[in-house]
Amino acid sequence: MTDIIKPIFEVDNLKITFDTPDGDVQAVKGVSFQINPGECVGIVGESGSGKSQTFMAAMGLLAKNGRAEGEIIFEGHNLLDLSVDQLNHVRGKNMSMIFQDPLTSLTPHMTILQQMREVTALHTDLDKASTDRLCREWIDRVRIPEGIRRLNQYPHELSGGMRQRVMIAMSMLCSPSLLIADEPTTALDVTVQAEILDLMDELKRENGTAIALITHDMGVMARMCDRLHVMRYGQYVEEGDAEQIFYNPQHEYTNMLLDSMPRIDNPDRKSHHKLKPVDLHETGDDFLKVDDVKVHFDIQISGGIWPKTIPLKAVDGVSFKLRPGETLGIVGESGCGKSTLARSVLQLIPPTDGTVAWLGKPINGLSREALKSKRKDLQIVFQDPLASLDPRMTIASSIMEPLQTFAPQMSKSEMKEVVMEMMDRVGLDRNMINRYPHELSGGQNQRVGIARAMIMKPKLVICDEAVSALDVSVQAQIIELLIDLQAEFKLSILFISHDLAVVREISHRIMVLYLGRVVEMAESKDIYDNPVHPYTKQLISAVPVPDPKIEKQRKSIKIPGELPSPMDPNAQFKFLQSKRNLAESGYRPELIEHSPGHFVAEHDAIETLLAAG
Amino acid sequence: MLVNNKKMASVADSAANQNPVKGRSQWQDAMGRFKRNKASLISVYVLAALIFIAFFGPALSEWDHETIDWGLTGNAAEMGAPSIENGHFFGTDDLGRDIFSRVLQGTQISLMVGIIGTIVAVVVGVLYGAVAGYFGGRVDNIMMRFVDILMSIPYMFILIILFVMFGRSVYILFIGLGLFSWMDMARIVRGQTLTLKHKEFIEAAVAAGVSDFTIILRHIVPNLLGIVVVYTSLMIPNLILLESFISFLGLGIQEPLTSWGALISEGAKTIQYGTLWQLLFPLAFFVTGLFCFFFIGDGLRDAFDPKDR
Repeated sequence: MTDIIKPIFEVDNLKITFDTPDGDVQAVKGVSFQINPGECVGIVGESGSGKSQTFMAAMGLLAKNGRAEGEIIFEGHNLLDLSVDQLNHVRGKNMSMIFQDPLTSLTPHMTILQQMREVTALHTDLDKASTDRLCREWIDRVRIPEGIRRLNQYPHELSGGMRQRVMIAMSMLCSPSLLIADEPTTALDVTVQAEILDLMDELKRENGTAIALITHDMGVMARMCDRLHVMRYGQYVEEGDAEQIFYNPQHEYTNMLLDSMPRIDNPDRKSHHKLKPVDLHETGDDFLKVDDVKVHFDIQISGGIWPKTIPLKAVDGVSFKLRPGETLGIVGESGCGKSTLARSVLQLIPPTDGTVAWLGKPINGLSREALKSKRKDLQIVFQDPLASLDPRMTIASSIMEPLQTFAPQMSKSEMKEVVMEMMDRVGLDRNMINRYPHELSGGQNQRVGIARAMIMKPKLVICDEAVSALDVSVQAQIIELLIDLQAEFKLSILFISHDLAVVREISHRIMVLYLGRVVEMAESKDIYDNPVHPYTKQLISAVPVPDPKIEKQRKSIKIPGELPSPMDPNAQFKFLQSKRNLAESGYRPELIEHSPGHFVAEHDAIETLLAAG
Repeated sequence: MLVNNKKMASVADSAANQNPVKGRSQWQDAMGRFKRNKASLISVYVLAALIFIAFFGPALSEWDHETIDWGLTGNAAEMGAPSIENGHFFGTDDLGRDIFSRVLQGTQISLMVGIIGTIVAVVVGVLYGAVAGYFGGRVDNIMMRFVDILMSIPYMFILIILFVMFGRSVYILFIGLGLFSWMDMARIVRGQTLTLKHKEFIEAAVAAGVSDFTIILRHIVPNLLGIVVVYTSLMIPNLILLESFISFLGLGIQEPLTSWGALISEGAKTIQYGTLWQLLFPLAFFVTGLFCFFFIGDGLRDAFDPKDR
């Protein structure tokens, strides 16, 4: 039967070479594949594997120093032979592309409607009225709430998820036969990701649009794809049906990818290093105790002659304790205040209210000098490994910096020796000592960041999305390193992440934040096996699992409504509609002990919430 | 024993790897890109030659910049033309002074004005801007409003008043130019510092307990160097232009010392008598020098910001 269907997109022996000062670099080394109508084909691979470049070449978007050889046949034309004018007839109309970052792929100074009109004006000869009708139709189809009003708004007025929907609506305007999605959900929160993926799946089924999905996330692949290609170093190492690849991978690289992918439904991977159990006799009272911490930022509101300020409650009354040697995972979507909370624990952002007690003594309100002596034991690892290292310093001087501050009596050569030992410990080669950050890979730079945080042998390390920017295989190694370091130095970790599957691997306890407040806090096992709060349930159900059978049956929970603005006083009552009238009086949903050690914020039953939508 | 053996092996290993790989810094990368820019590279050589001639050239000439060749005084149009025989390679001016020596002397002064003025501007501007940007808030407000006030004063006015009050000398010129040239630099540096200070590596340094001034000197200033170097290379010719303008107006440098601007001014006055060499030689030096500086500035900008090309 497959013989009868003619593929709409065919790539034959495509090679892409980049001409760089260091010589030619071959990014794609001869790949061939085809996409049939109405099919979703996935290209999976880690960063630098050349997966995006294949489609950039097809769209004529290769960088100037790039050369493509081979054939890319789309609807009977070889795209590589077309002139720019001819290509313009094809791209955007019959073949369109969605990019990773929805903020940068929309023009900031044009309204949504203007941008959508631009596409139709180029490719169709509809009059203005029918163009607008078409735009409205699509804005509704991608389910943007209050779509008509949104059409006259500018991109910055929309949330990330909505922008990505606009991008999808724009690319679907001319009913293309092929939609290329380059990491369409990587920059989005899990719940939004689930909705975008559902939307794309629906478009595929209803319009018969073929989708080429490029991503590094095996979970997304499992949900979406019919066939997939695993790419590495510019070549396909394995290709086949989704089920075949997931259940019977042949190549060791595919195996490795599947193994290093943290799974929310099964925390025990083959190569998993065991978390060391915590001494439960300690309460954490005299280690780290955070009590009712609030961080408010004043936001200026325009309007009126005098600008008004209202507080943005980034963190609104969070309390927790941490035991020595314990990892507390803090999860939540973007804007929930998890990074602000971490920085207020370290006093990098002073809390507006509440106390942070370290080793039994409060540290908020201390002077810079007094804080400096505490900083030795309190360290932080940042999200972006490259941005967190000074580009003009060698990695050794970056690692050495805390030593210069806290142990100025040591000689240069002694310091160097300590740095070398720490580099060994975190798995960096000793002869990289004089390298600069931009010469190392993301994973290596993150090891440098960890080495810098660990060099004073601190008691508490905060990892702020420390593995989020890394490839899955590197991510797995960094997590193992953290688990080992924790066992070795009896280290406590606050592990902040938006990725629930990763947090599960490393955390003893987990705290779920929603708009600056804790909605659920429990032992790691409890929270995944037995989530109570509807928000936690929604989050967990939205995480894709790298298993096509489970993934395609599973239904994610969707609580109606967009994420409210944290400045809205009713925002906290999204899950407690029944007490909404109390919002004015300053009432907040309270944390109740559901079972020993398992705290849940007040909420309505999930059935009621779902029915309300 | 086994453990010890292992340790010994690792010590031996690390001894074998004793020569660590030398890293390539961003600075070295930038220099690599700069060297690939032909126009800038040639400009560097031309400028070096110009400087060399300016300081060692006078030794070649039997005339210095102030001695008057009485035989030629008042008769420059007929007898003062450039010639090898009487030793006036570039001819003489109306007074009978040797243009060759005067051009070289003027080159020295003009380059010094450009370079010293710029050094003052860079040191003051970078520190001022970095401090204002890093501390932010009220400090920033006060410091930058002060700059705004200074900028709103017409500097040419003040310069002229300075010359009138304290007399015309090189030092007043340096002070006057230095007084006003640092403000643009301070503004640019402050803007850059504002974006730098929210970078994670600055936060990492704060979390590591590094003090504010160490952060400014160790992390902020080195990361500003790229933009400072570019701006500096464009500032030198601007200061030279400014000095020439002041000298052209008849203020500025005091006779018998001279500068490019003063020489061009004199040459332009006598152009109707057919003594074209009095204008063309200083002008050629002036144009060559400025071209070199601008080309170098351009090359540096491309080298430090490869994405912007």
